[in-house]
Amino acid sequence: MDAIRTENLTKFYGKARGIEQVNLTVARGEFFGFIGPNGAGKSTTIRTLLGLIRPSSGTASVLGMDVARDRERILAQVGYLPSETAFYPGMRVRDILKLSASLRRMDCSAAAARLCRQLQVEPDRKAEELSFGNRKKVSIICALQHDPALLILDEPTTGLDPLMQREFFDILQERNRAGATIFLSSHILSEIQRHCTRAAIIREGRIIACDSVEALSRTSAKRISLRGSADLSGLDGVRDLQSSADGASFLYSGDIRALLSALARSSIQDLSVSDPDLEEIFLHCYENGGDPA
Amino acid sequence: MTIFHHELRQGRLSFCIWTASIAFLMAVCIFLFPEMKGEMSAMGNLFASMGSFTAAFGMDRLNFGTLTGFYAIECGNIMGLGGAFYASLVGIAALSGEEKGHTAEFLLVHPVSRIRVIAEKLLAVLAQLLAMNAIILALSLGSIAAVGEPIPWRELLLLHGAYLLLQIELAGVCFGISAFLHRGGVGIGLGLAAMMYFLNLIANLAQRMDFLKYITPFGYCEGADIVASGRLDPAMVCCGMLCTAVCIAAAFVQYARKDIRI
Repeated sequence: MDAIRTENLTKFYGKARGIEQVNLTVARGEFFGFIGPNGAGKSTTIRTLLGLIRPSSGTASVLGMDVARDRERILAQVGYLPSETAFYPGMRVRDILKLSASLRRMDCSAAAARLCRQLQVEPDRKAEELSFGNRKKVSIICALQHDPALLILDEPTTGLDPLMQREFFDILQERNRAGATIFLSSHILSEIQRHCTRAAIIREGRIIACDSVEALSRTSAKRISLRGSADLSGLDGVRDLQSSADGASFLYSGDIRALLSALARSSIQDLSVSDPDLEEIFLHCYENGGDPA
Repeated sequence: MTIFHHELRQGRLSFCIWTASIAFLMAVCIFLFPEMKGEMSAMGNLFASMGSFTAAFGMDRLNFGTLTGFYAIECGNIMGLGGAFYASLVGIAALSGEEKGHTAEFLLVHPVSRIRVIAEKLLAVLAQLLAMNAIILALSLGSIAAVGEPIPWRELLLLHGAYLLLQIELAGVCFGISAFLHRGGVGIGLGLAAMMYFLNLIANLAQRMDFLKYITPFGYCEGADIVASGRLDPAMVCCGMLCTAVCIAAAFVQYARKDIRI
Protein backbone atom coordinates (compact mmCIF):
# COMPACT_ATOMS: atom_id res chain seq x y z
CA MET A 1 0.00 0.00 0.00
CA ASP A 2 1.25 3.48 -0.88
CA ALA A 3 1.66 6.12 1.79
CA ILE A 4 0.60 8.83 -0.64
CA ARG A 5 -0.98 8.52 -4.05
CA THR A 6 -2.42 11.32 -6.15
CA GLU A 7 -3.99 10.99 -9.56
CA ASN A 8 -4.40 14.08 -11.72
CA LEU A 9 -4.78 16.13 -8.57
CA THR A 10 -5.73 19.67 -9.53
CA LYS A 11 -6.56 22.71 -7.47
CA PHE A 12 -7.54 26.14 -8.75
CA TYR A 13 -8.27 29.08 -6.48
CA GLY A 14 -10.89 30.71 -8.65
CA LYS A 15 -8.92 31.29 -11.84
CA ALA A 16 -5.54 31.19 -10.11
CA ARG A 17 -3.52 28.02 -10.54
CA GLY A 18 -2.64 26.03 -7.44
CA ILE A 19 -1.60 22.63 -8.81
CA GLU A 20 -2.42 20.87 -12.08
CA GLN A 21 -2.57 17.16 -12.89
CA VAL A 22 -0.26 16.19 -10.05
CA ASN A 23 0.51 12.46 -10.10
CA LEU A 24 2.58 11.38 -7.18
CA THR A 25 3.25 8.06 -5.51
CA VAL A 26 5.13 7.71 -2.25
CA ALA A 27 5.67 4.18 -1.00
CA ARG A 28 5.39 3.25 2.67
CA GLY A 29 8.66 3.64 4.52
CA GLU A 30 10.15 6.07 2.00
CA PHE A 31 12.02 9.24 2.83
CA PHE A 32 10.58 11.32 0.02
CA GLY A 33 11.64 14.82 -1.02
CA PHE A 34 9.31 17.36 -2.59
CA ILE A 35 11.25 20.16 -4.22
CA GLY A 36 10.08 23.45 -5.61
CA PRO A 37 10.44 27.16 -5.00
CA ASN A 38 7.84 29.32 -3.27
CA GLY A 39 4.54 29.37 -5.14
CA ALA A 40 5.24 26.19 -7.13
CA GLY A 41 2.38 24.32 -5.43
CA LYS A 42 4.12 22.39 -2.63
CA SER A 43 1.92 23.71 0.15
CA THR A 44 -1.23 23.40 -1.96
CA THR A 45 -0.43 19.72 -2.55
CA ILE A 46 0.19 19.17 1.15
CA ARG A 47 -2.95 21.01 2.26
CA THR A 48 -5.01 18.97 -0.17
CA LEU A 49 -3.57 15.77 1.27
CA LEU A 50 -4.46 16.97 4.78
CA GLY A 51 -8.02 17.93 3.81
CA LEU A 52 -7.52 21.62 4.55
CA ILE A 53 -8.55 22.41 0.97
CA ARG A 54 -10.65 20.41 -1.47
CA PRO A 55 -9.25 19.50 -4.86
CA SER A 56 -10.89 20.96 -7.98
CA SER A 57 -10.45 17.59 -9.67
CA GLY A 58 -8.46 14.39 -9.37
CA THR A 59 -8.09 12.07 -6.42
CA ALA A 60 -5.70 11.65 -3.55
CA SER A 61 -5.26 8.92 -0.99
CA VAL A 62 -3.09 8.79 2.10
CA LEU A 63 -2.19 5.46 3.73
CA GLY A 64 -4.72 3.81 1.43
CA MET A 65 -7.59 6.09 2.48
CA ASP A 66 -9.36 8.70 0.42
CA VAL A 67 -8.58 12.25 1.59
CA ALA A 68 -12.16 13.43 1.09
CA ARG A 69 -13.93 10.52 2.78
CA ASP A 70 -11.51 9.41 5.51
CA ARG A 71 -10.03 12.69 6.67
CA GLU A 72 -10.16 11.96 10.41
CA ARG A 73 -8.77 8.42 10.06
CA ILE A 74 -5.92 9.77 7.93
CA LEU A 75 -5.11 12.60 10.31
CA ALA A 76 -4.99 10.16 13.23
CA GLN A 77 -1.93 8.58 11.59
CA VAL A 78 -0.28 11.70 10.20
CA GLY A 79 2.04 14.19 11.83
CA TYR A 80 2.19 17.56 10.07
CA LEU A 81 4.74 20.29 10.47
CA PRO A 82 3.58 23.52 8.81
CA SER A 83 6.08 25.94 7.30
CA GLU A 84 4.91 28.71 9.60
CA THR A 85 3.81 27.95 13.10
CA ALA A 86 1.14 29.83 15.01
CA PHE A 87 -0.31 28.94 18.38
CA TYR A 88 -3.15 30.26 20.49
CA PRO A 89 -2.23 33.33 22.54
CA GLY A 90 -1.42 32.93 26.21
CA MET A 91 -0.67 29.21 26.04
CA ARG A 92 2.40 27.57 27.50
CA VAL A 93 4.33 24.98 25.52
CA ARG A 94 3.13 22.25 27.89
CA ASP A 95 -0.52 23.26 27.29
CA ILE A 96 -0.09 23.30 23.51
CA LEU A 97 1.40 19.81 23.50
CA LYS A 98 -1.36 18.61 25.83
CA LEU A 99 -4.05 20.20 23.66
CA SER A 100 -2.61 18.51 20.56
CA ALA A 101 -2.57 15.14 22.35
CA SER A 102 -6.13 15.63 23.69
CA LEU A 103 -7.38 16.40 20.19
CA ARG A 104 -5.96 13.00 19.27
CA ARG A 105 -7.47 11.47 22.43
CA MET A 106 -4.04 10.24 23.44
CA ASP A 107 -1.70 10.65 26.35
CA CYS A 108 1.60 11.64 24.76
CA SER A 109 3.20 13.12 27.88
CA ALA A 110 6.15 10.68 27.97
CA ALA A 111 6.99 11.18 24.27
CA ALA A 112 6.51 14.96 24.59
CA ALA A 113 8.88 15.12 27.59
CA ARG A 114 11.51 13.08 25.72
CA LEU A 115 11.26 15.26 22.60
CA CYS A 116 11.39 18.44 24.70
CA ARG A 117 14.68 17.20 26.18
CA GLN A 118 16.07 16.21 22.78
CA LEU A 119 15.16 19.50 21.12
CA GLN A 120 15.91 21.62 24.20
CA VAL A 121 12.43 23.06 24.55
CA GLU A 122 11.28 24.49 27.90
CA PRO A 123 7.70 23.30 28.46
CA ASP A 124 6.80 26.06 30.91
CA ARG A 125 7.56 28.95 28.54
CA LYS A 126 4.71 30.82 26.89
CA ALA A 127 4.61 30.20 23.15
CA GLU A 128 4.48 33.89 22.21
CA GLU A 129 7.70 34.50 24.17
CA LEU A 130 9.58 31.96 22.05
CA SER A 131 11.79 32.76 19.07
CA PHE A 132 10.71 31.59 15.61
CA GLY A 133 13.09 28.62 15.84
CA ASN A 134 11.82 27.55 19.23
CA ARG A 135 8.20 27.82 18.09
CA LYS A 136 9.19 25.59 15.20
CA LYS A 137 10.55 23.05 17.67
CA VAL A 138 7.21 23.04 19.53
CA SER A 139 5.51 22.38 16.21
CA ILE A 140 7.94 19.53 15.53
CA ILE A 141 7.04 17.94 18.86
CA CYS A 142 3.32 18.29 18.05
CA ALA A 143 3.97 16.47 14.77
CA LEU A 144 6.05 13.70 16.32
CA GLN A 145 4.67 13.04 19.81
CA HIS A 146 1.90 10.65 18.73
CA ASP A 147 4.34 8.49 16.73
CA PRO A 148 2.64 8.91 13.33
CA ALA A 149 2.95 6.45 10.45
CA LEU A 150 3.39 9.35 7.99
CA LEU A 151 5.20 12.62 8.65
CA ILE A 152 4.45 15.51 6.31
CA LEU A 153 6.98 18.28 6.78
CA ASP A 154 6.68 21.63 5.03
CA GLU A 155 9.99 23.57 5.05
CA PRO A 156 10.89 21.99 8.39
CA THR A 157 14.33 23.44 9.03
CA THR A 158 13.54 27.14 8.55
CA GLY A 159 14.60 28.88 11.73
CA LEU A 160 16.51 25.93 13.20
CA ASP A 161 20.22 26.36 13.87
CA PRO A 162 22.60 23.82 12.23
CA LEU A 163 23.04 21.75 15.40
CA MET A 164 19.29 21.53 15.87
CA GLN A 165 18.82 20.68 12.21
CA ARG A 166 21.17 17.74 12.69
CA GLU A 167 19.32 16.61 15.80
CA PHE A 168 16.02 16.95 13.93
CA PHE A 169 17.19 14.87 10.98
CA ASP A 170 18.62 12.27 13.37
CA ILE A 171 15.13 11.93 14.86
CA LEU A 172 13.59 11.70 11.37
CA GLN A 173 16.09 9.02 10.28
CA GLU A 174 15.33 7.06 13.44
CA ARG A 175 11.57 7.30 12.79
CA ASN A 176 12.12 6.31 9.17
CA ARG A 177 14.16 3.26 10.20
CA ALA A 178 11.29 2.34 12.55
CA GLY A 179 8.95 2.28 9.55
CA ALA A 180 7.52 5.80 9.33
CA THR A 181 7.16 7.42 5.92
CA ILE A 182 8.66 10.90 5.65
CA PHE A 183 7.38 13.41 3.10
CA LEU A 184 9.78 16.33 3.18
CA SER A 185 8.87 19.47 1.27
CA SER A 186 11.75 21.88 0.89
CA HIS A 187 13.51 24.26 -1.42
CA ILE A 188 16.84 23.43 0.26
CA LEU A 189 18.21 20.90 -2.19
CA SER A 190 21.13 19.77 -0.06
CA GLU A 191 18.63 18.60 2.58
CA ILE A 192 16.80 16.51 0.01
CA GLN A 193 20.02 15.14 -1.49
CA ARG A 194 21.42 14.19 1.90
CA HIS A 195 18.36 12.56 3.44
CA CYS A 196 15.84 11.48 0.81
CA THR A 197 15.80 8.33 -1.27
CA ARG A 198 13.35 9.64 -3.88
CA ALA A 199 12.19 13.11 -4.83
CA ALA A 200 9.77 14.96 -7.05
CA ILE A 201 10.28 18.39 -8.51
CA ILE A 202 7.25 20.65 -8.87
CA ARG A 203 7.19 23.62 -11.19
CA GLU A 204 4.32 26.02 -11.68
CA GLY A 205 1.87 23.52 -10.21
CA ARG A 206 3.05 20.51 -12.24
CA ILE A 207 5.38 17.65 -11.38
CA ILE A 208 8.25 17.92 -13.85
CA ALA A 209 10.47 15.14 -12.53
CA CYS A 210 10.04 12.29 -10.06
CA ASP A 211 12.73 9.68 -9.50
CA SER A 212 15.29 8.44 -7.02
CA VAL A 213 17.59 11.21 -5.85
CA GLU A 214 20.46 9.20 -7.28
CA ALA A 215 18.81 8.99 -10.73
CA LEU A 216 17.84 12.65 -10.67
CA SER A 217 21.47 13.50 -9.97
CA ARG A 218 22.74 11.04 -12.61
CA THR A 219 21.75 12.57 -15.91
CA SER A 220 23.41 12.43 -19.30
CA ALA A 221 24.62 15.97 -18.70
CA LYS A 222 28.07 16.42 -17.12
CA ARG A 223 29.52 19.43 -15.42
CA ILE A 224 32.75 20.28 -17.26
CA SER A 225 35.18 22.67 -15.56
CA LEU A 226 38.39 23.65 -17.26
CA ARG A 227 41.33 25.98 -16.63
CA GLY A 228 42.70 27.68 -19.70
CA SER A 229 40.92 28.78 -22.89
CA ALA A 230 38.79 26.64 -25.17
CA ASP A 231 36.76 27.37 -28.30
CA LEU A 232 33.32 25.82 -27.71
CA SER A 233 31.54 27.66 -30.50
CA GLY A 234 31.01 24.63 -32.73
CA LEU A 235 29.70 22.33 -29.97
CA ASP A 236 26.06 21.36 -29.52
CA GLY A 237 24.75 20.60 -26.01
CA VAL A 238 26.59 23.29 -24.06
CA ARG A 239 24.47 24.93 -21.34
CA ASP A 240 24.95 27.12 -18.33
CA LEU A 241 28.32 28.36 -19.64
CA GLN A 242 30.16 30.39 -17.01
CA SER A 243 33.39 31.91 -18.29
CA SER A 244 36.04 33.46 -16.06
CA ALA A 245 39.49 34.97 -16.65
CA ASP A 246 41.29 31.65 -16.14
CA GLY A 247 38.76 29.14 -17.40
CA ALA A 248 35.16 28.09 -17.94
CA SER A 249 32.50 25.80 -16.52
CA PHE A 250 29.47 24.41 -18.34
CA LEU A 251 26.92 21.61 -18.47
CA TYR A 252 27.45 19.34 -21.49
CA SER A 253 24.95 16.85 -22.88
CA GLY A 254 26.24 16.50 -26.46
CA ASP A 255 28.54 14.00 -28.22
CA ILE A 256 31.52 13.30 -25.93
CA ARG A 257 33.89 12.74 -28.93
CA ALA A 258 33.08 16.19 -30.30
CA LEU A 259 33.85 17.65 -26.88
CA LEU A 260 37.16 15.78 -26.61
CA SER A 261 38.33 16.86 -30.07
CA ALA A 262 37.38 20.47 -29.32
CA LEU A 263 39.30 20.32 -26.03
CA ALA A 264 42.30 18.69 -27.78
CA ARG A 265 42.54 21.71 -30.09
CA SER A 266 42.37 24.07 -27.12
CA SER A 267 44.95 25.32 -24.70
CA ILE A 268 43.84 23.97 -21.33
CA GLN A 269 45.88 23.33 -18.19
CA ASP A 270 43.35 21.39 -16.11
CA LEU A 271 40.04 19.61 -16.64
CA SER A 272 37.40 18.05 -14.41
CA VAL A 273 34.28 16.11 -15.45
CA SER A 274 31.60 15.51 -12.77
CA ASP A 275 27.92 14.74 -12.34
CA PRO A 276 25.92 17.89 -11.77
CA ASP A 277 24.51 18.24 -8.26
CA LEU A 278 20.77 18.27 -7.57
CA GLU A 279 20.69 22.03 -7.45
CA GLU A 280 21.95 22.21 -11.04
CA ILE A 281 19.42 19.62 -12.16
CA PHE A 282 16.71 21.56 -10.37
CA LEU A 283 17.68 24.88 -11.90
CA HIS A 284 18.04 23.25 -15.28
CA CYS A 285 14.54 21.74 -14.95
CA TYR A 286 13.21 25.19 -14.27
CA GLU A 287 14.93 26.61 -17.32
CA ASN A 288 13.84 24.09 -19.91
CA GLY A 289 10.44 23.15 -18.49
CA GLY A 290 10.91 19.67 -17.20
CA ASP A 291 13.42 17.36 -18.85
CA PRO A 292 16.26 16.88 -16.38
CA ALA A 293 18.45 15.11 -18.92
CA MET B 1 -15.13 18.16 24.48
CA THR B 2 -11.51 19.32 24.12
CA ILE B 3 -12.37 22.15 21.74
CA PHE B 4 -15.28 23.31 23.95
CA HIS B 5 -13.01 23.60 26.99
CA HIS B 6 -10.24 25.16 24.94
CA GLU B 7 -12.65 27.80 23.60
CA LEU B 8 -13.81 28.64 27.11
CA ARG B 9 -10.21 29.01 28.26
CA GLN B 10 -9.34 31.20 25.27
CA GLY B 11 -12.37 33.44 25.81
CA ARG B 12 -11.94 33.67 29.59
CA LEU B 13 -10.46 37.17 29.75
CA SER B 14 -12.93 38.71 27.32
CA PHE B 15 -15.80 37.00 29.18
CA CYS B 16 -14.66 38.34 32.55
CA ILE B 17 -14.21 41.90 31.27
CA TRP B 18 -17.58 42.10 29.49
CA THR B 19 -19.50 40.37 32.29
CA ALA B 20 -17.90 42.49 35.01
CA SER B 21 -18.47 45.71 33.03
CA ILE B 22 -22.15 45.04 32.29
CA ALA B 23 -22.87 43.75 35.81
CA PHE B 24 -21.06 46.70 37.40
CA LEU B 25 -22.93 49.30 35.31
CA MET B 26 -26.26 47.62 36.05
CA ALA B 27 -25.53 47.48 39.77
CA VAL B 28 -24.58 51.18 39.75
CA CYS B 29 -27.91 52.00 38.04
CA ILE B 30 -29.88 49.94 40.57
CA PHE B 31 -28.07 51.54 43.50
CA LEU B 32 -28.92 55.00 42.07
CA PHE B 33 -32.63 54.15 41.83
CA PRO B 34 -33.71 54.94 45.46
CA GLU B 35 -32.05 58.35 45.23
CA MET B 36 -33.64 59.11 41.88
CA LYS B 37 -37.07 57.72 42.78
CA GLY B 38 -38.01 60.89 44.70
CA GLU B 39 -37.11 63.11 41.78
CA MET B 40 -38.85 60.94 39.24
CA SER B 41 -42.08 62.92 38.93
CA ALA B 42 -40.13 65.96 37.66
CA MET B 43 -37.82 63.81 35.55
CA GLY B 44 -40.78 61.85 34.20
CA ASN B 45 -42.25 65.08 32.83
CA LEU B 46 -38.87 65.98 31.33
CA PHE B 47 -38.44 62.59 29.66
CA ALA B 48 -42.03 62.66 28.40
CA SER B 49 -41.44 66.01 26.68
CA MET B 50 -38.43 65.02 24.57
CA GLY B 51 -40.57 64.38 21.50
CA SER B 52 -39.37 61.67 19.18
CA PHE B 53 -36.57 60.56 21.50
CA THR B 54 -39.13 59.76 24.17
CA ALA B 55 -40.83 57.37 21.79
CA ALA B 56 -37.57 56.01 20.42
CA PHE B 57 -36.52 54.74 23.84
CA GLY B 58 -40.05 53.70 24.89
CA MET B 59 -40.08 56.27 27.68
CA ASP B 60 -43.59 57.40 26.79
CA ARG B 61 -45.03 54.08 27.90
CA LEU B 62 -43.00 53.34 31.03
CA ASN B 63 -43.10 54.91 34.44
CA PHE B 64 -39.62 55.94 35.51
CA GLY B 65 -40.84 56.22 39.09
CA THR B 66 -41.17 52.43 39.42
CA LEU B 67 -38.27 50.02 39.59
CA THR B 68 -39.74 48.05 36.69
CA GLY B 69 -39.93 51.09 34.40
CA PHE B 70 -36.52 52.33 35.47
CA TYR B 71 -34.96 48.88 35.10
CA ALA B 72 -36.54 48.26 31.69
CA ILE B 73 -35.06 51.46 30.24
CA GLU B 74 -31.76 52.05 32.04
CA CYS B 75 -30.62 48.50 32.77
CA GLY B 76 -32.25 47.28 29.56
CA ASN B 77 -30.08 49.59 27.49
CA ILE B 78 -26.90 48.56 29.28
CA MET B 79 -27.69 44.87 29.03
CA GLY B 80 -29.07 45.19 25.52
CA LEU B 81 -26.14 47.03 24.01
CA GLY B 82 -23.40 45.45 26.12
CA GLY B 83 -24.77 41.95 25.66
CA ALA B 84 -25.32 42.50 21.93
CA PHE B 85 -21.74 43.66 21.38
CA TYR B 86 -20.30 40.78 23.41
CA ALA B 87 -22.51 38.19 21.69
CA SER B 88 -21.55 39.53 18.25
CA LEU B 89 -17.86 39.48 19.12
CA VAL B 90 -17.79 35.89 20.37
CA GLY B 91 -19.97 34.76 17.47
CA ILE B 92 -17.93 36.40 14.73
CA ALA B 93 -14.58 35.28 16.14
CA ALA B 94 -15.58 31.65 16.73
CA LEU B 95 -14.72 30.23 13.31
CA SER B 96 -12.95 33.04 11.44
CA GLY B 97 -10.54 33.53 14.36
CA GLU B 98 -8.76 30.29 13.45
CA GLU B 99 -7.82 31.58 10.01
CA LYS B 100 -7.13 35.10 11.26
CA GLY B 101 -4.78 33.81 13.95
CA HIS B 102 -3.27 31.20 11.57
CA THR B 103 -4.20 28.50 14.09
CA ALA B 104 -6.47 26.66 11.63
CA GLU B 105 -3.36 24.84 10.36
CA PHE B 106 -2.84 23.60 13.92
CA LEU B 107 -6.42 22.73 14.87
CA LEU B 108 -7.69 21.24 11.62
CA VAL B 109 -4.83 18.81 11.07
CA HIS B 110 -5.94 16.86 14.13
CA PRO B 111 -8.33 13.93 13.73
CA VAL B 112 -11.44 15.91 14.61
CA SER B 113 -14.26 16.33 12.10
CA ARG B 114 -15.14 19.84 10.97
CA ILE B 115 -18.71 19.23 12.17
CA ARG B 116 -17.40 18.52 15.66
CA VAL B 117 -15.22 21.63 15.57
CA ILE B 118 -18.25 23.76 14.63
CA ALA B 119 -20.53 22.10 17.19
CA GLU B 120 -18.09 22.47 20.09
CA LYS B 121 -17.33 26.08 19.17
CA LEU B 122 -21.06 26.84 18.99
CA LEU B 123 -21.64 25.20 22.36
CA ALA B 124 -18.82 27.29 23.83
CA VAL B 125 -20.43 30.49 22.49
CA LEU B 126 -23.80 29.52 24.00
CA ALA B 127 -22.21 28.48 27.31
CA GLN B 128 -20.46 31.85 27.60
CA LEU B 129 -23.70 33.73 26.90
CA LEU B 130 -25.66 31.64 29.41
CA ALA B 131 -22.98 32.08 32.07
CA MET B 132 -22.79 35.84 31.48
CA ASN B 133 -26.56 36.22 31.72
CA ALA B 134 -26.77 34.06 34.84
CA ILE B 135 -24.09 36.13 36.59
CA ILE B 136 -25.67 39.44 35.56
CA LEU B 137 -29.14 38.27 36.65
CA ALA B 138 -27.82 37.09 40.02
CA LEU B 139 -25.98 40.38 40.64
CA SER B 140 -29.03 42.40 39.55
CA LEU B 141 -31.28 40.48 41.91
CA GLY B 142 -28.73 40.95 44.71
CA SER B 143 -28.51 44.69 43.98
CA ILE B 144 -32.30 45.13 43.99
CA ALA B 145 -32.52 43.25 47.28
CA ALA B 146 -29.67 45.38 48.67
CA VAL B 147 -31.48 48.65 47.95
CA GLY B 148 -34.58 47.27 49.66
CA GLU B 149 -36.88 47.26 46.64
CA PRO B 150 -39.33 44.41 46.03
CA ILE B 151 -38.18 42.23 43.12
CA PRO B 152 -40.58 42.36 40.13
CA TRP B 153 -39.86 38.72 39.29
CA ARG B 154 -42.02 38.26 36.21
CA GLU B 155 -40.96 41.46 34.42
CA LEU B 156 -37.34 41.00 35.39
CA LEU B 157 -37.15 37.42 34.18
CA LEU B 158 -38.96 38.29 30.95
CA LEU B 159 -36.55 41.16 30.28
CA HIS B 160 -33.49 39.02 31.01
CA GLY B 161 -34.93 36.18 28.93
CA ALA B 162 -35.50 38.54 26.01
CA TYR B 163 -31.94 39.84 26.17
CA LEU B 164 -30.60 36.30 26.34
CA LEU B 165 -32.57 35.47 23.17
CA LEU B 166 -31.25 38.66 21.53
CA GLN B 167 -27.69 37.65 22.33
CA ILE B 168 -28.26 34.12 21.05
CA GLU B 169 -29.71 35.52 17.82
CA LEU B 170 -26.87 37.96 17.22
CA ALA B 171 -24.24 35.36 18.16
CA GLY B 172 -25.92 32.83 15.84
CA VAL B 173 -26.04 35.26 12.90
CA CYS B 174 -22.41 36.28 13.48
CA PHE B 175 -21.42 32.61 13.83
CA GLY B 176 -22.98 31.98 10.41
CA ILE B 177 -21.14 34.95 8.87
CA SER B 178 -17.94 33.81 10.57
CA ALA B 179 -17.97 30.55 8.60
CA PHE B 180 -17.70 32.52 5.35
CA LEU B 181 -14.88 34.82 6.46
CA HIS B 182 -11.20 34.11 5.97
CA ARG B 183 -10.03 36.94 8.19
CA GLY B 184 -11.36 38.50 11.38
CA GLY B 185 -14.74 40.17 11.36
CA VAL B 186 -14.80 42.27 14.54
CA GLY B 187 -16.01 45.29 12.56
CA ILE B 188 -18.79 43.26 10.99
CA GLY B 189 -19.92 41.92 14.37
CA LEU B 190 -19.94 45.26 16.15
CA GLY B 191 -21.48 46.98 13.12
CA LEU B 192 -24.27 44.44 12.94
CA ALA B 193 -25.09 44.82 16.65
CA ALA B 194 -25.12 48.63 16.37
CA MET B 195 -27.23 48.52 13.21
CA MET B 196 -29.83 46.27 14.87
CA TYR B 197 -30.02 48.64 17.85
CA PHE B 198 -30.62 51.66 15.60
CA LEU B 199 -33.17 49.80 13.48
CA ASN B 200 -35.24 49.37 16.62
CA LEU B 201 -34.97 53.08 17.42
CA ILE B 202 -36.17 53.88 13.89
CA ALA B 203 -39.05 51.41 14.28
CA ASN B 204 -40.03 53.16 17.52
CA LEU B 205 -39.92 56.59 15.84
CA ALA B 206 -42.17 55.91 12.85
CA GLN B 207 -45.14 53.56 12.92
CA ARG B 208 -44.83 52.70 9.25
CA MET B 209 -41.36 51.32 9.99
CA ASP B 210 -42.83 48.87 12.51
CA PHE B 211 -41.87 45.94 10.29
CA LEU B 212 -38.24 46.56 11.27
CA LYS B 213 -39.06 45.06 14.67
CA TYR B 214 -39.33 41.70 12.92
CA ILE B 215 -35.82 42.14 11.57
CA THR B 216 -33.98 43.40 14.63
CA PRO B 217 -33.83 41.28 17.79
CA PHE B 218 -34.13 44.50 19.80
CA GLY B 219 -37.78 44.45 18.61
CA TYR B 220 -38.79 41.71 21.03
CA CYS B 221 -36.62 43.20 23.79
CA GLU B 222 -38.62 46.44 23.97
CA GLY B 223 -39.04 46.95 27.72
CA ALA B 224 -42.24 49.00 27.36
CA ASP B 225 -43.96 46.23 25.37
CA ILE B 226 -42.76 43.46 27.66
CA VAL B 227 -43.85 45.25 30.84
CA ALA B 228 -47.20 46.27 29.33
CA SER B 229 -48.10 42.86 27.84
CA GLY B 230 -46.37 40.67 30.40
CA ARG B 231 -44.90 38.51 27.60
CA LEU B 232 -42.54 38.53 24.63
CA ASP B 233 -44.03 39.00 21.18
CA PRO B 234 -44.13 35.39 19.90
CA ALA B 235 -44.07 36.35 16.21
CA MET B 236 -40.95 38.48 16.61
CA VAL B 237 -39.23 35.82 18.73
CA CYS B 238 -40.08 33.15 16.13
CA CYS B 239 -38.67 35.30 13.31
CA GLY B 240 -35.48 35.82 15.31
CA MET B 241 -35.03 32.17 16.24
CA LEU B 242 -35.73 31.06 12.66
CA CYS B 243 -33.07 33.45 11.43
CA THR B 244 -30.67 32.10 14.10
CA ALA B 245 -31.33 28.50 13.07
CA VAL B 246 -30.77 29.30 9.37
CA CYS B 247 -27.48 31.09 10.09
CA ILE B 248 -26.20 28.27 12.30
CA ALA B 249 -27.19 25.69 9.68
CA ALA B 250 -25.35 27.78 7.05
CA ALA B 251 -22.28 27.76 9.29
CA PHE B 252 -22.30 23.95 9.41
CA VAL B 253 -22.78 23.58 5.66
CA GLN B 254 -20.18 26.20 4.71
CA TYR B 255 -17.42 25.44 7.21
CA ALA B 256 -17.62 21.68 6.65
CA ARG B 257 -16.60 22.18 2.99
CA LYS B 258 -14.59 25.36 3.26
CA ASP B 259 -11.10 25.76 1.84
CA ILE B 260 -8.99 26.93 4.74
CA ARG B 261 -6.68 29.82 3.86
CA ILE B 262 -3.55 30.15 5.90
